[in-house]
Amino acid sequence: MEFFRIHRTIPFMRYALVFNVISLVTFLTAVGFLGVRGLNLSIEFTGGTVMEVGYRQAPDVDAIRATIAAKVAGDSQVTTFGKAEDILIRMPAHPGVPSGQLADQVYAALTAVPAPGEAPECAAWHAADARFKLLPQDERTPEAAAPLLAQQKSLAGQCTELRRVEFVGPQVGSELAQDGGLALLAVVLGIAAYLAVRFEKKFSAAAIIANLHDVVLVVGMFAIFHWEFSLPVLAAVLAVLAYSVNESVIIFDRVREHFRTMRKATVVEVIDSAITATISRTIITHGATLTMTVTMLLFGGPALHYFALALTLGILFGVYSSVFVAAALAMWFGVQRADLVRAPKEERATIQMP
Amino acid sequence: MNRYPPWKYVLIVVALVFGILYAVPNVFGESPAVQVASVKATVRADAALLARVEKSLQAGGIAQQGISLDTIGQNPTIRVRFADAAAQARAGELLGRELNPDASDPSYIVAPNLLSRTPAWLQGIHALPMYLGLDLRGGVHFLMQVDLDEALTKRLQAAESDLRTQLRDKDVRHAGIRRGAGGLEIRFRDLESRNKAKDLILDSFHDLVVQESGSADEPILTAALSDAGRIAVRDNALKQNITTLHNRINELGVSEPVIQQQGDDRIVVELPGVQDTARAKNIIGRTATLEARLVDVSPDGMAATGGAVPPPFGSERFTVGRGVPVVLKKDVIFSGQQLQGAQATFDDKQQSAVSVELNDAAGRVMLQVTRENLKKPMAVVLFERGRGEVLTVATIQGEFGSRFQITGMPSPQAANDLALLLRAGALAAPMQIIEERLIGPSLGAANIEAGVRATEMGFAAIVVFMALYYAVFGVVSALALGMNLLLLVAILSLLQATLTLPGIAAIAFTLGMAIDANVLINERIREELRKGTAPQQAIQQGYERAFATILDSNVTTLIAGVFLFMLGSGPVRGFAFVHVLGILTSIFSAVFVSRGLVNLIYGSRRRLQKVSIGQIWRPATAGTPPVPPAGGARGKPSGA
Repeated sequence: MEFFRIHRTIPFMRYALVFNVISLVTFLTAVGFLGVRGLNLSIEFTGGTVMEVGYRQAPDVDAIRATIAAKVAGDSQVTTFGKAEDILIRMPAHPGVPSGQLADQVYAALTAVPAPGEAPECAAWHAADARFKLLPQDERTPEAAAPLLAQQKSLAGQCTELRRVEFVGPQVGSELAQDGGLALLAVVLGIAAYLAVRFEKKFSAAAIIANLHDVVLVVGMFAIFHWEFSLPVLAAVLAVLAYSVNESVIIFDRVREHFRTMRKATVVEVIDSAITATISRTIITHGATLTMTVTMLLFGGPALHYFALALTLGILFGVYSSVFVAAALAMWFGVQRADLVRAPKEERATIQMP
Repeated sequence: MNRYPPWKYVLIVVALVFGILYAVPNVFGESPAVQVASVKATVRADAALLARVEKSLQAGGIAQQGISLDTIGQNPTIRVRFADAAAQARAGELLGRELNPDASDPSYIVAPNLLSRTPAWLQGIHALPMYLGLDLRGGVHFLMQVDLDEALTKRLQAAESDLRTQLRDKDVRHAGIRRGAGGLEIRFRDLESRNKAKDLILDSFHDLVVQESGSADEPILTAALSDAGRIAVRDNALKQNITTLHNRINELGVSEPVIQQQGDDRIVVELPGVQDTARAKNIIGRTATLEARLVDVSPDGMAATGGAVPPPFGSERFTVGRGVPVVLKKDVIFSGQQLQGAQATFDDKQQSAVSVELNDAAGRVMLQVTRENLKKPMAVVLFERGRGEVLTVATIQGEFGSRFQITGMPSPQAANDLALLLRAGALAAPMQIIEERLIGPSLGAANIEAGVRATEMGFAAIVVFMALYYAVFGVVSALALGMNLLLLVAILSLLQATLTLPGIAAIAFTLGMAIDANVLINERIREELRKGTAPQQAIQQGYERAFATILDSNVTTLIAGVFLFMLGSGPVRGFAFVHVLGILTSIFSAVFVSRGLVNLIYGSRRRLQKVSIGQIWRPATAGTPPVPPAGGARGKPSGA
């Protein structure tokens, strides 16, 4: 089996201008959305409380919103999470309210009315649970909790359940946002330094611009569609940055090699032939990595959804930008044979041999 | 030409054996167990308790599958495993009844737990399953901010009162001590007093540094904590808070609590399996008090010790702890707030002892009390939730003030324990919860299932594709990828790294990237064959040329991974760690191991005509081929 039967060098650079205009437009769109609409940052960055509540049957989201609005001041969000039965509630940070207490109050309010699909015993259990949580601390002994826990076990899978609660203080949030920005900066500088050592400066500039273009596009997509931008998504974006730099490195390696071997070809011909020679590998390896990220996206559950989405988008943009943005930019920057083939001494000696 | 020297094969086999041994504990699963640990500060689970547990189970007719005493960590724990959940429940109930005759005041916590089924010989070589993060097993997570400034203020307060006493004792006159942001500001009326005070501070306050200012008429001395002193105060405060948290959390009966320092001034607490955050928070945030009191040695008091008659007015009887029962007076000599330090040490006879330091006010009371009660016993009691527990009863051997020793400790361990308990009475610095997470057990199970399933499916898809596209070489690549997964899991297990959901995602992503190396190699070999190179030579050239590119392409990934690990936190760190580790193992497996396999298959054949690397198509028509052909065609491309 062989997918790529490439008869002749594909003139990638002939379309460079068209693609670069498209890139510039999408890039500016992404920047515009980031500037105007901003990112839908997760509570890890903003501080606040998130609750995930699992219902037996799809609940009335509007009713939940109303219940929460009565309990919590400020702008809370209620969305489904993965399935229609799973509800995700985001609440802003409330200075003065002890951590977690807000979640307890909201959960008690949500379970005060029996939800559809719940077993009849659930109402009593929820009420007992809510009462227990309001007891003074001395009375909340393991002995007092034991019957509740036993009942919870016997009712498992029949009642509305609190799957997850996360509370992040505003101070932690701003720190995480700062650390995230710092990580992004450090990765970009580290890669730029590596490329500057490894390649000539026109290439490193082209590669860095191309890959920042990927990052901006991925993050821009999160702004455009208002997808939640969380810490794992940030990690995915940075991993993608490194990953697509690889791609540019491999293409530039070939460009350098072909400048040496194809002595009569023009710069455009050399770039085209280098991309053609690597395109089979590019598509197969990216196909393999995409297989992984797409299975993660499809089967990894809601917790991994945006993480896998960021990786998938990043890889797609990465392939595109390595071919059309990085290589084209290098071409616009006027890369020449002399920039790359600085002919080491032995090689010069062989050239001079008759 | 494509042969490995024997040592390389030995290395591969060693890596394979290592991988299997350390990865395999992850597949044994867990068996239900019951764990028993002490909730009392003065009681420890030991061999005697182990025998008692064993006997009770035997008497109750419950078959157990292994019992062990784990003395590693803060609180020794006995763990008993059972065949099924029913036996576990029965045993839990039985042991709870037997070990805690007084249900209102339990000495031991008996909690259900899950233990790895890994055979003992594997556990002996530290082959244990990976530790699952909270997002995979459920539980609560707290991040607490420790107010270290408060600890520094406390230390300065103590220094201030000490300084006042010492200046008075040495008859150094001053015109007032004021505590400010910079430290203690001491005013004097003449230079001579200031010099005397300066000598005194430098002599007896090792963590203070002094600075002179003011005029000759109004000399001022500023004493501040030295950098080393500051660091020591902060370190001690954090350590003491962690110790206190450990003691309190033991009471929750959590199987594997994580209590760790994070950054300079934060403590992470993770309690797997705990669902009641409110209760966990209460226990963590509870305040305990420590009191030193005299033993009531009056005839009435002595008579009441046995419990037959009520204790006299102004005394109460304690039955829990060391040296009990004992009747103590209600008057408090000093309390935990006045205790400044307690350290295990040795007395002048080289016996284990605990040296205690009190603040100045308590020291003065102590001096008076010891003068009046020479050769009489006194006790230290820890109060938590309104219940007192006697930590020690000791006889007053002489007159002393703020510094004294509790001698007669049976062992350095006992001295250490007591010092810890004395210190652990209260938190050294106030703490505030700044992050809190609760993950339900069902969500954890769903997360791990989804993560593992996605990885499996992706892995299978890649294996099938590689085998179809690159034939034998594809199978070799797939085997190398499998080896990579094995080694990655083995190393993570060996390091006892915490596996989280982003960690699983990183494994999947890294596998997807690791196959890149094999694709590079296989494409290069095909390219060589296309040029007409002989198969043996093509294999060699392919591996050699691809290697430089593989190293190169991993460098950027490593750069990103390392920065992410350094700057990231929580999920980002877990992702970065697995990612970097996976890149490193992939270089070994994709290059070294796959070459070994290829050599084994093809390397020894002298007249190799063709290799099975899938169909190689050559551009037959004219035009510019991607790579300029070189030399004649000797090797035949294969169609297999």
